[in-house]
Formats: sequence, structure tokens, C-alpha cells
Amino acid sequence: MPTQPSDMPRLAIRGIRKVYPSVVANDGIDLTVMPGEIHAVLGENGAGKSTLMKVIYGVIRPDEGEILWEGQPVTVSNPAQARALGIGMVFQHFSLFETLTVVQNVALSIPGKLELAALAKRIEEVSERYGLPVDPRRMVHALSVGERQRVEIIRCLLQNPRLLILDEPTSVLTPQAVRKLFETLRQLAAEGVSILYISHKLDEIQELCHKATVLRGGKVTGTCTPSEETPQTMARLMIGVDLPACCHGEPEDGGEVRLRIQGLSHATDDPFGTDLKDIHLEVRSGEIVGIAGVSGNGQQELLRAISGEEPLADKHAVELCGVPVGHLNPARRRGLGMCFVPEERLGRGAVPRLSLTENILLTAYRKGMLFAGLIRFGVAKRFAEECIKRFDVKCGGAHSEAKSLSGGNLQKFIVGREIMQEPKVLVLAQPTWGVDVGASSFIRQSVLDLRNSGSAVLVISEELEELFEICDRIQVIAKGSLSPSKVTSDTNVEEIGMWMSGLWPGAKTPEGASHVA
Amino acid sequence: MWLKFEPRPEPSKAMTYLSPILAVGLMFLSGLILFLILGKSPVEGFKVFFMNPLKDSYGVAELFLKATPLMLCAVGLSVGFKANVWNIGAEGQLLIGALAGGWLALRFEGSNSPFLLPSMIIAGALGGMLWAAIPAFLRTRFNANEILTSLMLVYVAELMVSWLVHGPWKDPDGFNFPQTKLFSATATLPILLAGTRVNAALVFALGALVVGWVFMNRSFMGYQMKVAGQAEFAGRYAGFSAKRSVWIGMLAGGAMAGVAGISEVAGPIGQITEHISPGYGFAAMIVAFVGRLSPIGILFSSLLMALLYMGGEQAQQYLALPSSISKVFQGMLLFFLLGSDVFINFRPRLVRRRK
Repeated sequence: MPTQPSDMPRLAIRGIRKVYPSVVANDGIDLTVMPGEIHAVLGENGAGKSTLMKVIYGVIRPDEGEILWEGQPVTVSNPAQARALGIGMVFQHFSLFETLTVVQNVALSIPGKLELAALAKRIEEVSERYGLPVDPRRMVHALSVGERQRVEIIRCLLQNPRLLILDEPTSVLTPQAVRKLFETLRQLAAEGVSILYISHKLDEIQELCHKATVLRGGKVTGTCTPSEETPQTMARLMIGVDLPACCHGEPEDGGEVRLRIQGLSHATDDPFGTDLKDIHLEVRSGEIVGIAGVSGNGQQELLRAISGEEPLADKHAVELCGVPVGHLNPARRRGLGMCFVPEERLGRGAVPRLSLTENILLTAYRKGMLFAGLIRFGVAKRFAEECIKRFDVKCGGAHSEAKSLSGGNLQKFIVGREIMQEPKVLVLAQPTWGVDVGASSFIRQSVLDLRNSGSAVLVISEELEELFEICDRIQVIAKGSLSPSKVTSDTNVEEIGMWMSGLWPGAKTPEGASHVA
Repeated sequence: MWLKFEPRPEPSKAMTYLSPILAVGLMFLSGLILFLILGKSPVEGFKVFFMNPLKDSYGVAELFLKATPLMLCAVGLSVGFKANVWNIGAEGQLLIGALAGGWLALRFEGSNSPFLLPSMIIAGALGGMLWAAIPAFLRTRFNANEILTSLMLVYVAELMVSWLVHGPWKDPDGFNFPQTKLFSATATLPILLAGTRVNAALVFALGALVVGWVFMNRSFMGYQMKVAGQAEFAGRYAGFSAKRSVWIGMLAGGAMAGVAGISEVAGPIGQITEHISPGYGFAAMIVAFVGRLSPIGILFSSLLMALLYMGGEQAQQYLALPSSISKVFQGMLLFFLLGSDVFINFRPRLVRRRK
């Protein structure tokens, strides 16, 4: 449909308020989206973005406020009603059945009986029109994350939405795939579709969005035109203070090899997992090595092999300071000076219902916290209190339960706990995933300080920006293989992005790589 | 108006402790209604059931006697329960403990050795551990669900007792009754208070509560098991062995149940019969949960459960009710406890229904 200039907002919401038992998630939010406008909703974790989107999509009901859809007041009481109005939403966590094909998955969301063959044809039409290549007959578990997202978008587009909501859509994409997504979104906007784009990535919002509404603590702190702002001015609206910058010392030359992985191959038991293929890696003291890659390309498996959660048959596949440790369990590897920060904080990195003091014991018990098999709670408590102080963990005190902390504060606590053990090697997975900008910057600086003190650090992350900010060298993991290493200053986002599709010089399976992007 | 349960932001500490008290209150109330339905005076029923047993010091002593095996079993089981190790077979472990220790008593019948009784207690613990080791092995080696295997082994143990007292171990001078010879004085636990049946097993039970408390609250191994029970992946991340948790959880339950078993046959019973335990191993699970898996709580809940056993006997005697009435009370207690526990994580709220 062609663009029809109109003064009538597609969506206007007024004074939305939503209160949960412990928090006011939305506090009097106003938002206006015009037809054909790409409108960013910007804010840190916990700012109330997701709650607001769920209100619009009818997942939750607001306590106060009204929603005007094309000038008419409406009550959106469930997602089916939202879809009937013409609102589509692509969630951050996909809602697809892995054991079904693309067309079967799409059919599930469309009411009424339908011909699968005819639907497959419609999927192909839409995917061609908007540059979203997907084979409708493939099983979802065989699709890359980027492809799965396309399925979600196509599923929305089949219902001809007039407002499309995307929640953090680029967090799982390669830079090239991000660019493709942006082209699709611009095309949709040109056809008159309004887009609500939720993100905390300032550069993307500047590139893509016409307007932005910034949320902080459940309130609107400002609206702006991103093209007229700088990332710094938007960050100030978002976090209330200036964005701190990390300081990066010179890399130390010729440090000893602390972590060596040689010829690591490991077949996974998980039918949807990734087999590791002949991985070689070295991390020296005083350097940070980053591993980039789109999620689901073997990061989890590599991390488990390094941490010892999945012990290996070949003990020489992983060596720690020259000692073969491939066959050892995590506790033994820790004893040799290795520490880990896992991707999941609550439930793996910390026990939700235990206090922070008890969570210190989880990994730091070697620091004089045991005597004759009994726990010296005093020592553990002092360690916890120092960790809280040094790493600026906002909490009620060492007695607070881990689950009472926000994601960012818990991550600071876990990173602090591991760093305070003065590890010879520290391995971090997604250190700032879902962590707000201020805390991210603090965590990165702490990791840099650890490196400067002579530790070897390995960072596995899906955020390229982060890797380019802190790493001395970068390698890429794709389909269970690891690329050669590149010194960070000798490469750029384009090259690493290309490698993330499995296309590095000498890569063994370039023909299979097209599925990755 | 509409009653709605909404999740609490944090589980209520107060409700954790109030819930068992609420459950006991509801049990009392339903008990009164039950007496009414059965055509008995509720006041009379309450008196006979809950007050008669404690009307003299002998009754109080009996209460502690009956609470002893419950305490032992419950404290052992709660070590496992805290680590999500579900040993349902304490009853069988109790019986095998009684057999193992009892075998020594029969084998060294005329002995005056001061080592006989301690050896019997140790054999009882080992017997219970052996019986618990089977589900532990099946779980860690073949991933077999210990709830099923430990429960099935209860029936194996019961049949084994039955076979022994009807066959090889039957007292030749016992007029063909299915029971062994009476144990000698050397092989019997000393009485603590003259004129009562309270014996040294109560000391073991109180000791087990103390050791259990230290293990669960102060030891690193107890901490590791708590982590394994609450967040399996955190335990794996830390490198704590999940198999070791299963083994310790099962063996602790088995050992304590075994000691309870030998303490019964070398205590108030004085021989092995077909009726060593009136379901102590099963009732101990209720005791453990009513006591919030804490040794201090178990001290009180085991006394309550002992009272239910005694009340059942009184009701049979004075109210002409079947003795299974005490099982009905046990069941109600567990039922109301599980119901009341909902309030730990949820709070009720009255809301006006929107159309």
C-alpha cells in the first residue's frame, strides 16, 4: 500500500501505568507513532520497555491510561485482538517449535483451516518481496538464529500488520544480517507500516529510526530525533549520566601461554547442539582474547569443554599453565587457577535462593573459607562484603538473596567473585549480555584491569562492539570451528562479520556457511 | 468479590514457619468434625486422642519412646530431601537395619561382651546403608528414579523379615509364633529412666539431630548438597559432584533408619517379629516436612507424630474406633501442610471481578 500522508497517528498511548507487587514498571507513559514511522523505544534493562510493548500487544493489561488506535480508543485484551487490529510483534525470544517445519510453525499462528501448500507459496512470496530468504519446508531446528528471526517476521507480515513491534531484534545477528534487516524495515516503513523498534544500541537507532522515545525507571525522560543527536546525548537521556569510557593499556608482549587448546574435537550429546571441530587457541598472560560468533555456533560447547563441565577424553586438549586438564572437573581446574563467569547468572553462576555470602562459597571457598570440612562463615561474609564494595554491587547487604539483585548487579557480583580470586586464567561468557550500559562499562574496565595485572582472559561474546573495545586479539567461532586469530587493530567489524558466516581464509566448510548468516 | 492468589515478590519467611502450625490447627479442627461424623462427642474424642496419652509421666515417656525412631529416620531423610534425593524407602532400610543388628544378637546369644551392643548398632546402620545403597547405585549408574526403587525395596524387606521369622530364625521354643528368641540383656539397650521404656536410643536420636544440624548448616558438604538441591546447574558449574550428593543423601537416610530399626528390636520389642515398625519409615517423611527439614523442627514434629500414634491406640481402646484412625490424622496433617505451603510463595487477595 502506498504511503498516505496523514496527521492521524497510527498509535497514540496516553498515561500508561502498570504496577507490579514490587515495582512500578510503567509510570504515566505517552507515546505517538505516525504511519510509516520507525520509532525507537530506548532504555536500559528494567526501564519498562518490554512492559510497555506487552501492554500494546495485549499480553498484559495496564492499570491506568488509554490506547488510541488510528484515533479510536481501544482496549487490547489479548494478542489475538492486537493482531486483528493490525499489530504484529517479533519477540526477543523466539516462539517457534524446533521439531516442526517453517510452514507448520506459521500455520499454527493463523486461525482457521488452511492448505499448507498454499501457505508455503505465500511465505515464499512475502520472503521474496521483503528480501527475507527462508525455505518454508525446512525444519526450524536446522535454521540459524537469523533465519528463525526471519520466520518470525514473515509470520507477522502475512497478517498485513500496520504496526510492527520488534524487541531487541539485532542482538543475535551478524553485522551483515543487521544491514539486511534494516533494508527490510525501511521498505516496510516506505509502504506505510509503522515500526516500534526496541533497543539499547544507540548507533543502530541513529542509523534506522525517525523518532525515539527514551525511558528510564518506567518514565519517559525525553523524545528526540536520533539523526540530530549524538550517541552521547542519547546515552545521557537513557542513563542520566555521561557514558564512561574504558581505558585500555598497551598489550603486554611475550607473556607466557596460560591457556592452550589444541586439536579439541568433541561431539555433543544434544541433538540441537554443535560439534566442536579441531579447535586451536592460545591465551597468554596479560592479554584478552575474544571469541566472536553468532549464538548457537558452538560457544556453549566450547565453554563447557574449557570449564570442565563436560570433561574430555583427551587430557591434552586443554592445558592450563602447561598442565593437561582436559579430563579434570571444574573444581580441579579452579584449583589450578582458572575462574569462569557463565552466561546464565541465576541458576548457574549463582544459586537464586541463597544469600550473597553463601554464593561466594560456590567458587571462592578455597580462599580460607573452610576448616576441617566446616564453613568459616565469617571469612565468607567478609569476602562478600568486600566484593559488594569493590564492584559497586547494589543490594541490601551480604545477606540478600541472589535473586533479589537486578541482572546487572548480580553480574557485577559474579564477575567480582571470580576476579577477587586472582585467577591465572579468567573465562567469561557474554559478560555484559542484558546488562545496562553503566554496569557493562564497569565490568569491561574490571576485566581490563585484571589483564593489566597479568592474568590471561578469554571472552566469548556475541557483541562485536564489546570485543573490539576490550580484546587484544579476536577469533571467530562458526559451526563448531574456530578461525585463526586476528590482532584487533588489524581487523574491522566487516571482516569479522564475514568470518562469522564461516568464511575465513582456509575455512574447511565454506559451502555450508550460507546457513549461518 | 473474588479470591485471587498472587505471587509474592519474595517467599514469606514467616509463612514457612506458620504453615506447619496452621496445618496442625486444621488437622485438629477436621479431627473434631470427623469424630462428630463418626457419632462420637468431639470433646470426648479430642480428650481421648490428644490428652489421654499424656496424662501421666509414663505417657510422656512413651511419647519420647515413639518419637525416637521418627526423629532418627526424619533427620536422615532430610539430609537427602534437601538435595532433592527422594528416599521413600526408609521403612525398608529400618527393617534391614533391624535384621542386620538382630542377627548379631541371635548369633552371639550367650555372649557377655560389652562390644556386642555397639556392634549391633553399627551393624544396624550398615544394614540400612546397604539397603539404601541399592537405589543410590541404580540412580547414579543407570539414572533409575530412586523414588520408585527405594519404595519397591520396602516390600522386599518386609517379605524378607516375614520369611526369616516364619523360617530360619523362628524361636524353636516359641510355640510356633512367627518371632525370634528374646534378645539377652547384653543385647538390649539400657533403660534411661527406671519405670519407663525410654532407652539409650533417645540419646542416639538427639545426637543425630545435633550432628544433622551441624552437617546441614555448617559443613561444606552439606552446603554442596543444598546447592545441588536448589540449582543443579550451579552445582555443576562449581564442580560439585552430583553423584556424591545422591550417595550421601541416600546413605544418611539409610544409616539413620537402620539405627532406628535395631533400636526398636533391641529396645521396646526385644526380639524380631513381623511387626517391627508401625510405618515409622513412612511417617518420618511427614515428620521431616512438618519440621521444615530442620533438626530443630524435626524434634517437635516427631513428638507430634508420636502423639498421633498414641492417640490412635487410645481411640481404639476407649472410643472403639479402628487404630487406622492415626493414619487418617497423618494423612490430614500432610494434606493440610501441602495446602498451607502455598501461602509461602503466594498471598491471597480479594479482588473485585471485572465483568
